[in-house]
Amino acid sequence: MMPVLSVRGLKVSIRTDEGMAEILDDVGLELERGRILGVVGESGCGKSTLIRAIMGILPRGATIDRGEVWFEGENLLAFSEAELNDQVRSSRIGFIPQDPLLALNPVFKVGTQMLEVMRWHAPDAKDPTGPRGGARRKAHVARLVGLLRRMQVPDPETALERYPHQFSGGQRQRLLIAAALACAPGLVIADEPTTALDVTTQHQILLLLRELVAEFGISLMFVTHDFGVVAELCDDLCVIYAGQTVEKGPVQAILEAPSHPYTRALLACHPDRATTFLGIPGSVPSPLARPPGCLFAPRCTDARTLCLAGRPPQGLAPSGAEVRCVQFA
Amino acid sequence: MLRFVLRRCILVLPSLFGLLLVTFLLIRVVPSDPAMALAGDAATPEQIERLRQQYGLDRPIWEQFAVYVGKVATLDLGESAFSRRPVAVDIAQRLPATLALTFCALAISVFVGVPLGVIAGLTHNAWPDYLLRVFSVLGIAVAAFWFAIMLQLLFSMELGWLPLRGELSPTMQRPPRVTGFMVVDALIAGRFDVFTDALRHLVLPAVTLSLGGLATIVRFTRAGVLDTLQQDFVFYERAMGYRRRRLVWIYVLRNSVTATVTQIGLLFGGLIAGGVVVEAIFDWPGIGSYTVQAILTGDRQVMLAVTLLVGTVYAVVNILIDLVHGLLDPRLMERA
Ligand SMILES: Nc1ncnc2c1ncn2[C@@H]1O[C@H](COP(=O)(O)OP(=O)(O)OP(=O)(O)O)[C@@H](O)[C@H]1O
Ligand SMILES: [Mg+2]
Repeated sequence: MMPVLSVRGLKVSIRTDEGMAEILDDVGLELERGRILGVVGESGCGKSTLIRAIMGILPRGATIDRGEVWFEGENLLAFSEAELNDQVRSSRIGFIPQDPLLALNPVFKVGTQMLEVMRWHAPDAKDPTGPRGGARRKAHVARLVGLLRRMQVPDPETALERYPHQFSGGQRQRLLIAAALACAPGLVIADEPTTALDVTTQHQILLLLRELVAEFGISLMFVTHDFGVVAELCDDLCVIYAGQTVEKGPVQAILEAPSHPYTRALLACHPDRATTFLGIPGSVPSPLARPPGCLFAPRCTDARTLCLAGRPPQGLAPSGAEVRCVQFA
Repeated sequence: MLRFVLRRCILVLPSLFGLLLVTFLLIRVVPSDPAMALAGDAATPEQIERLRQQYGLDRPIWEQFAVYVGKVATLDLGESAFSRRPVAVDIAQRLPATLALTFCALAISVFVGVPLGVIAGLTHNAWPDYLLRVFSVLGIAVAAFWFAIMLQLLFSMELGWLPLRGELSPTMQRPPRVTGFMVVDALIAGRFDVFTDALRHLVLPAVTLSLGGLATIVRFTRAGVLDTLQQDFVFYERAMGYRRRRLVWIYVLRNSVTATVTQIGLLFGGLIAGGVVVEAIFDWPGIGSYTVQAILTGDRQVMLAVTLLVGTVYAVVNILIDLVHGLLDPRLMERA
């Protein structure tokens, strides 16, 4: 079956004062219909940039130098800004942002903001035969209230009349999930939606998301830097390092037998498994000065001279994962 | 909401009291002998004595202050030495002209300045932004009287499009005074020729007076927009597919104008000071030219009254500004 979302060989660079920064170098991933794909990597490895590239909202000075983004059989990179707005955003791809406080406009009521989106992108928004004007708005309000109830937001009827700061962090995240689902998209992309929450709330939100995927028949791309979250939520996994996909495959297989040294190192420093609390020594190379050869080589405990020769090709690991490491070439 | 407004009103009471105290001290305490100062140079000792009793200057100072506060509260602001009429009457006569001028200038500053500021913010470091930045520096640097004369030369003398001075052409008959606002009175009287004539007279002085504020508003709106565009919610709203125009002119703008609104409050100082100059140049029959006249003739009662008026206007404007802030940002209203 054709994947809902497929990214191939994506390269994105940004012109900065210090020169061209290669934020993404070679990212590839596939998200199958009805599944949850986890995208994992350290801070600064380009996860948010990947999302921005898919949604067509790159920062100023950024260019897509190479690669393809296929969504439901269409090449999103060929879409104009207006086409993305009209045909893709919200209506077919929902978005759940990282920080639930900063993502909502502080001076507008929650309902105003959510209805603004539904007004243009709800399934009935372009339907000339359906109800119009006030009646359509009423239908939207009803759908939102139902969604908020489903998200277990307290007092869903009055919630739309309140301002973002009148909700707690967890409630706001539930609001944003409801907003992402409001126009019934087939794909939802979430950028670390639980990072700003405490562990209990985080767990509740993950459970909720898991249920929603089945219930609403959506596919979910879930970005995180937390392997615990991946293990709890995801079906498939894509590990990104310094703008490159270094390992991808089914979660189960990778967690049981991580192949890429980076995946192994990440897993080793996760609090649930860590023997020491050190993290990976060194840091992600600056996008302004990417070393030749394997990008992880400077931090890799298994690095050999071969690793410095050139970018390693993708290979197949015994676990069934696709791995970018000379060991599996 | 009501509580918010009441609170603001109570908060300005101390400043109004301070205003009364300062004006009182200026007129009663600073001159070595206020009676002599009031009577003028040519007064006889008997006249001075009579004034002293009439104004209660022989009473204890706190009693004098109480009497003074009572008089101000009942709008008894004394008599103009120049026009020989109660100052309050003179002011009531001239206030509408000044209000109309100030209001138009402010409207131009806001309704032109805010959109230009937004455009400058959106085109950050591209040519419209540079152009508007040059313009706003000029707008602040250029003296109002020079700009006024340039406008007069071009639009009145050279092109003859707009009248040179005054609030109505001499050939026009004044409509009966109802509100005191020329344009409104003209409409009430059903005199559209007077209405358009009055509007035409408003253009040059209002444009001159608006210039400084316009430049300030462009600058602060631009900064506000640039700041807002950095916020996470703008990215979120774009990702959710907000319509571009609505995103900018509704959702971004409302977050960007907080500093602009504060500036509008501060602008009133400039508008009042600028009003004096502009009214003098354009021979505009408002409070500004009244003040100039009072200063030239040493009319103390008038100067005092104008000081009180300006101070009160400031206090009221500050309340309004706070209210607008509260309406723009619900979080402020709640904190009150
Ligand atoms: N507008 C920009 N100009 C220059 N560099 C940028 C810009 N945006 C992002 N970067 C750089 O791109 C790299 C990747 O950023 P990105 O936000 O995609 O990382 P991330 O994986 O989402 O990190 P985090 O987990 O902290 O959210 C970082 O090194 C960052 O400094
Ligand atoms: Mg990020």
